[in-house]
Amino acid sequence: MADGTIDLTIVTPERAVVHEEVDELQIPGAEGYFGVLLGHAPLFSELKVGEVAYRKADRWFFLVVAWGFVEVQPNHVRLLAETAERAHEIDIDRAMRAKQRAEERITRGGEDVDYGRALVALERAVIRIQVARKAEHAVNA
Amino acid sequence: MPSLLDIRRRIRSVKNTQQLTKAMKTVSAAKLRRAQERVFSARPYAEQLKRVLGNLTSRLEDVSHPLLEIRSEERILLLVITADRGLCGAFNANINRTAQAFIREHKDQTIHLVMAGRKGRDFFRRRAVPIRSEFVNIFSRLDYGHAKDISEAIGKAYTNAEVDAVYMVYNEFKSVIQQRVVVEKVLPLGRADLRETEAPLDYIFEQPPQEIFNRLLPRYVEIQVFRALLESAASEHGARMASMDTASRNAGEMIDMLTLNMNRIRQAAITREIIEVVSGAGAL
Repeated sequence: MADGTIDLTIVTPERAVVHEEVDELQIPGAEGYFGVLLGHAPLFSELKVGEVAYRKADRWFFLVVAWGFVEVQPNHVRLLAETAERAHEIDIDRAMRAKQRAEERITRGGEDVDYGRALVALERAVIRIQVARKAEHAVNA
Repeated sequence: MPSLLDIRRRIRSVKNTQQLTKAMKTVSAAKLRRAQERVFSARPYAEQLKRVLGNLTSRLEDVSHPLLEIRSEERILLLVITADRGLCGAFNANINRTAQAFIREHKDQTIHLVMAGRKGRDFFRRRAVPIRSEFVNIFSRLDYGHAKDISEAIGKAYTNAEVDAVYMVYNEFKSVIQQRVVVEKVLPLGRADLRETEAPLDYIFEQPPQEIFNRLLPRYVEIQVFRALLESAASEHGARMASMDTASRNAGEMIDMLTLNMNRIRQAAITREIIEVVSGAGAL
């Protein structure tokens, strides 16, 4: 199926982030990244913190998602995420600060530190920074 | 009879109040619009989640989860959602009254209270029912995290079998000028809510369906709480707008009345003076 597009929706409790016709996308599944093209077999997967990339014609767009689920059907993809941010919406300074905070918490240790939470925070911050940088390059290129 | 000066002072004071209520009304109108949008933008997520859950339910032979467990309702947790601030008509009073009625109706059971919103907390703090936990001053910066915290608290209480059912009472947003107090059951989740209507597709599951289901279910509680919080916030602004509108109108009426009164007194004074002059002239 060379023509036709995938109907992609990304929703969070706060808002509907994306509702677009796309040609191709990449999703951070809990078991690893996977790509989706038109006509994909129905699939259901949990997401991890990561980067969603989708292509419209010859342009790629990037988003950061944190925790969620994806439901893939041959001609549409529905993604439910707790938070989702488009690359250009990301505040790099904030992400940097969050990263620093998480790192401090992890290295400092102590009984009051929730390691799981700190690690998730760190992971999120790192990915946000990566994706935001990518968006910058895309604009500059 | 009050003097002219007194009345003038009074009018000025009422005018100031009117300015204040008018400003509050404008602010509430703006906030209402934003709150309303948030209610609408939360809907797609809730619908999708419900659909996916239904899909999973119809695929699993044995749907069991601590949040679905039905026990006889001996201990009930009541989540009371009020506003953090007053000056919004009967908004908070209605909730508190309904919550009290609920407690009276279930006086044979033990009630645990979880309060969201300062006004309800203040009300029940002075009463005999113990407050289990409270979430106050959240409405000025309401986000999904609050809903997460609250549902974690009530979910924990339920799965640890500290309570047998969870209800919530909040103001449902019907329209800008209308709110309705509703009491809703949150837990145990009704299986009927999760029934799927469309024929389920044969999915490939990256993780075992049961595992996914177990992770999804708490989110369903979260989004329900989140929706209630958003609706309550929108209702609050609607209620405040309506009551500030009434207040401004009442102030206007009062000013009219006082002005009339003032003019009457002024006229009376003038008339009296004329009579004095005329009768003085007649006496000559």
